[in-house]
Amino acid sequence: MSTDLAEVDVVRSSTLDVTNSEQVYNPGNFYDEMFQGQDCVRETCQSLHQSLAEISPEELFRRQQAADRSMIQLGITFNVYEDSRGTERAIPFDIIPRVIEQKEWSWIEAGLKQRITALNLFLQDIYNQQMIVRDGVIPEEVIQTSRAFRHQCIGITPPKNIWCHITGTDLVRHNDGQLYVLEDNLRCPSGVSYVLQNRRLMKRSLPTLFQQSGVRPVDDYCSRLLDALQYLVEDTRPMAKAAVLSPGAANSAYFEHSFLAQQMGIELVEGRDLVVSKGDVYMRTTKGLEKIDVLYRRIDDDFLDPKAFRNDSMLGVSGLMESYRSGQIALANAPGTGVADDKGIYTYVPSIIRYYLNEYPIIPNVPTFACWRPSERDHVLTHLDELVVKPVNEAGGYGLMIGPHASVAERKAMAERIRANPRNYIAQPTLSLSRVPVVTPQGLEGRHVDLRPFTVYGRDVFVLPGGLTRVALEPGSLVVNSSQGGGSKDTWVLT
Amino acid sequence: MLSRVAESIYWMSRYIERAENVARFISVNLNLSLDMPSEGSEQWAPLVVTTGDAAQYEDKYGDYTQDDVIRFMTFDDENPNSIIACLRRARENARSVREIISAEMWEHLNQFYLMVENGGGVNRVLGNANSFYSSISGAGQEFQGVTDATMTHGEAWHFCQVGRMLERADKTSRILDVKYFLLLPNPTDVGTPYDDIQWLALLRSASAMEMYRQRHGKISPVKVVQFLILDQEFPRAVLQCLTQANESLHKISGTYIDGFSNPPERKLGYLRAELAFAKAEEIISQGLHEFVDNFQTRLNKAGHEIHETFFTKRPLESAV
Repeated sequence: MSTDLAEVDVVRSSTLDVTNSEQVYNPGNFYDEMFQGQDCVRETCQSLHQSLAEISPEELFRRQQAADRSMIQLGITFNVYEDSRGTERAIPFDIIPRVIEQKEWSWIEAGLKQRITALNLFLQDIYNQQMIVRDGVIPEEVIQTSRAFRHQCIGITPPKNIWCHITGTDLVRHNDGQLYVLEDNLRCPSGVSYVLQNRRLMKRSLPTLFQQSGVRPVDDYCSRLLDALQYLVEDTRPMAKAAVLSPGAANSAYFEHSFLAQQMGIELVEGRDLVVSKGDVYMRTTKGLEKIDVLYRRIDDDFLDPKAFRNDSMLGVSGLMESYRSGQIALANAPGTGVADDKGIYTYVPSIIRYYLNEYPIIPNVPTFACWRPSERDHVLTHLDELVVKPVNEAGGYGLMIGPHASVAERKAMAERIRANPRNYIAQPTLSLSRVPVVTPQGLEGRHVDLRPFTVYGRDVFVLPGGLTRVALEPGSLVVNSSQGGGSKDTWVLT
Repeated sequence: MLSRVAESIYWMSRYIERAENVARFISVNLNLSLDMPSEGSEQWAPLVVTTGDAAQYEDKYGDYTQDDVIRFMTFDDENPNSIIACLRRARENARSVREIISAEMWEHLNQFYLMVENGGGVNRVLGNANSFYSSISGAGQEFQGVTDATMTHGEAWHFCQVGRMLERADKTSRILDVKYFLLLPNPTDVGTPYDDIQWLALLRSASAMEMYRQRHGKISPVKVVQFLILDQEFPRAVLQCLTQANESLHKISGTYIDGFSNPPERKLGYLRAELAFAKAEEIISQGLHEFVDNFQTRLNKAGHEIHETFFTKRPLESAV
């Protein structure tokens, strides 16, 4: 599929100068989503580039500043833990969109549907018959040693056989032009509220440009999500009461929890608002207790129910897992989905797709070496200076070693850790993420991006056209995380 | 609706009303100080006494000076009734119920908060105090307008209304109490132009001057009491506030307006009925201060019953 990208025609631009006459945008030695070379705009970005060129750099920067102000005024913020100055910060929004042409999007969409269908079958199997283990596709030990495998979920079949209702898959493009799946986020992926808010800001910032471009809408996400939640119980409870379960206003993604509840018109509840009686889940209201049928829970498994998981959890609801087991409450996502996005299981996803669907995987994994396989471990140990090594049971970049940037001592220490506990490590080649221009006071400059499309598994599998394009705003940085200076962009899937 | 949500909405609304009132007190006093012969503590102390924070003020600042009172009542984070502290808590409450209130309410409140937070502190404000405080009371009134125009007038809105009205009734009664006792009994001023100025300032503190003039014309203490406590139509009059709060409580419970179905309806309904049949002359002859004291104690009890009935977590058995 990557050949498609290489075949995209290159068109010479007569209006190269988006910024000013002295400075020309230089994509450098990176794959740039808008430019194919210093003077070449990708065909799909032609009209966008043309329209941008008609706006003076000063005007563009002014609109960027106006968008920044709107973010603050609208209170589109996330919480920063351990920040004494105040708990909120806005995620910077860059007004230059990231464009995905229709043909490539169809490919992404098909690939995500395939992947999530297979992962859902895997989850049902792994908590029940474990046929995939018996057939020798995945070693039993790999499942048993996954920290995200929940024995509490063994024997459960969730409503409508759906485990991963909401997925936010991380995709990255390397400088070979190929998109890879970097991570499957199947637990409580966040970011979709920024997709919706970014689109709103985009329409405010560059209305004419947006209107001319033929961009697929994203506004139906919340309707899709609500339908997916109600679908779970529609056979038995046609007037189902759904709610979003949040850890509360101190959580970093609280804005999103609140936004989604508001857009769906359902209650936003915290653990302390809920109580379980005779297996039914109720919320405490001004008029007594009211029964709830579906929870879109944004609390991690560990904290969901102190009776079933961590007993020191103050956030959860005591007895919730029993209600879930007896079918009195539906939960999205299902508890236990983390086993399918474990970095160790990740290496088996292509096999999982082949095993359950008898199809070739559409979107490739990043080539990954599993250190528990002796030959791959040997390769990792001899190529530590080229690879990124990741502990499988950590998230958010913790414990990660970037080989080319590591010192000899760090590489040596990592080699020892790998030998001592090979199951805990995978390694991948160091990727060069693709770039997109962003507005800076000096004009347009290239910054690295990734892409997180969102998939809702309900009546059918729906992939929201676009997704969250996260951008590392620091020059040269590859870190797109919002907690570390990352920003975001509107993502345009063209019609 | 969720008990936690009802509580947050109630307090959001109360805190905004409080911030707006504090801003108006300061603004009126600033104007008054231009007219008064001497500027000093007798001018600024009543403001702090009005909000009931005199002890805290004196510990921290000592004498009552214009700058310190303004600092204390506007920007001091340690004063729970300062404008910034009220807005911060109003915003925190709003943030925790953002999915219930309208987007316009949130945006307005957020900008309101940022306006004060970025106001530049007391030194910058003093140069331009009039416009600063009128923007604050304006923003408070706009919030009410936005709330009424964009939020469904259902249970959540009625909790807003109850919070706002109880806060307003409390503040109007305090204005009257403090002004009456600290300013009126200055024998040298009675009957002078300054006396009239003081009463006009009092009415302005409750945004009541023009409406008072239309209703009663000449300034007289009995009529001012009549207007600020017992008027049936003026929106900041204590009786009118209680009538509104009472109606909202009955809408929340769905009970017929003349009856009651829970303790807050009973307490508030009783208090309202007493005022509805009271006379200004009697209030003054029995002692305005005693009247206000007694009124505030009972208003607090009604507030306490609201808390007990709607916000606290009742045991499981009672509700299923």
